[in-house]
Amino acid sequence: MSGREQRLAELREHVPQVAPEEAYRLAQGSATLLDVRDPEEWAAGSPRGAVRLGRSFLELKVEDAIPGMHDPVLVLCASGSRSLFAAESLLQLGYQDVRSVAGGYAAWKRAGLPSEHPRMLSAQERNRYARQMRIPEIGEQGQEKLLASRVLLVGAGALGSPAALYLAAAGVGTLGIVDADTVELSNLQRQILHTTERVGMPKTESAWQTLNALNPSIQINTHQLRLDSANAEEVVRGYDLVIDGTDNFPARYLLNDVCLKLKLPYVYGSIYRFEGQVSVFWPTAAPTGAPTPCYRCLYPAPAPPELAPSCAEAGVLGVLPGVIGTLQAVEALKLLLQLGETLIGRLLCYDATTATFREFKTTADPQCPYCSKLEAFPGYIDYDAFCRDAQVA
Amino acid sequence: MSAEVTVRIPEALRQFAGGSRELRIAASSIEELMTGTAAAGYGALVNHICARDGQLRPFVNLYVGDASIRALDGLRTNLKTGDVVTILPSIAGG
Repeated sequence: MSGREQRLAELREHVPQVAPEEAYRLAQGSATLLDVRDPEEWAAGSPRGAVRLGRSFLELKVEDAIPGMHDPVLVLCASGSRSLFAAESLLQLGYQDVRSVAGGYAAWKRAGLPSEHPRMLSAQERNRYARQMRIPEIGEQGQEKLLASRVLLVGAGALGSPAALYLAAAGVGTLGIVDADTVELSNLQRQILHTTERVGMPKTESAWQTLNALNPSIQINTHQLRLDSANAEEVVRGYDLVIDGTDNFPARYLLNDVCLKLKLPYVYGSIYRFEGQVSVFWPTAAPTGAPTPCYRCLYPAPAPPELAPSCAEAGVLGVLPGVIGTLQAVEALKLLLQLGETLIGRLLCYDATTATFREFKTTADPQCPYCSKLEAFPGYIDYDAFCRDAQVA
Repeated sequence: MSAEVTVRIPEALRQFAGGSRELRIAASSIEELMTGTAAAGYGALVNHICARDGQLRPFVNLYVGDASIRALDGLRTNLKTGDVVTILPSIAGG
């Protein structure tokens, strides 16, 4: 018997083994299925939902990927040999319940158990995203999730600029940019997607050029139009979330409503001179507690124009939307990666003059005509009229 | 005896508060706070927070600490000394 065969025989003696069917059943509960094969093997298929961590970095990275030492870990390789070595390493690291999946992925496939073909990162992508992939909560699987994600930015202006730049840099795979305007010289003090030489160019085209130069590997869809009741669903459908970079009330109420209808998160941000507000509205998320509000619960009706002048009328500190738009990008990444605590149920307010952040609770209005009865969407309205008719009476 | 509370004025409404960032008003409820604010010479500010029927306008929120009075007792929400009431109007810039 060769040394290798002898060692494998010893490992089989003291590493528990589990049949693929039983491993699948356990993985539906608290057990983690850990695929320790090489990336090129994963590309040809891997158990659905498995944590993928190659054998070469296993001991160094496994505690970040699987922090619970007491939960079951089911180790899988191609045929059930490498997983025995890997399982023994995990036992030595202190994992209490480690089992090797007998027959490996070959047996998993033969049993007809569910697989997936993860999008594998190229060497260039690994290099580009190395710093954020090093964060345990993101890792390679988080990066793959971002690359498969689709975010719609409505407005390529002051808020949309920083949000789009950071999301493109982070490798969000598809970005949609909605804007009907052209670049003006007075935009450039804060709308950092655009440049002096592009004055007169559609903002969507200018945004495409900047974002493509920053990260040519992502898909950038341009929608040169003004979102309205007639086109909103068609434009928004297919994206995973919407970032509000608009500058007017009709667009904000429309975005709230279309996101409710399509059950998407709405990442809200708005600014006035030195002050900004950020929140996330997603009452249609899978319920985990009390209902959460929509934008209409926070502000049932818009302010009359004399109380809510635009940036053109009231002025704005150019850096302010940089802060608020960047916070919107952070919220978007957290939603896509399903990590941390988002601003759902909270309104974050920033005052640049005092360098103060304040947080306020937002609560669902049980009488809200739009989100209190999620299955009975009341329909779109004439948003311009709704906002134009707002009165201080 | 009424409590003295601090009222934080947002940038958008500061023109109706003589340019002040904060006002200190004696009041034991939000209702009293509105009356006291008007009596202190800031009637225009109150007009932008409450409609003629006295109800909170739908584009303004009042927070006591971090809680909206809409989720508390509305205008009847009680106040105590040291409370901070923040006015947060809807803004649309972007």
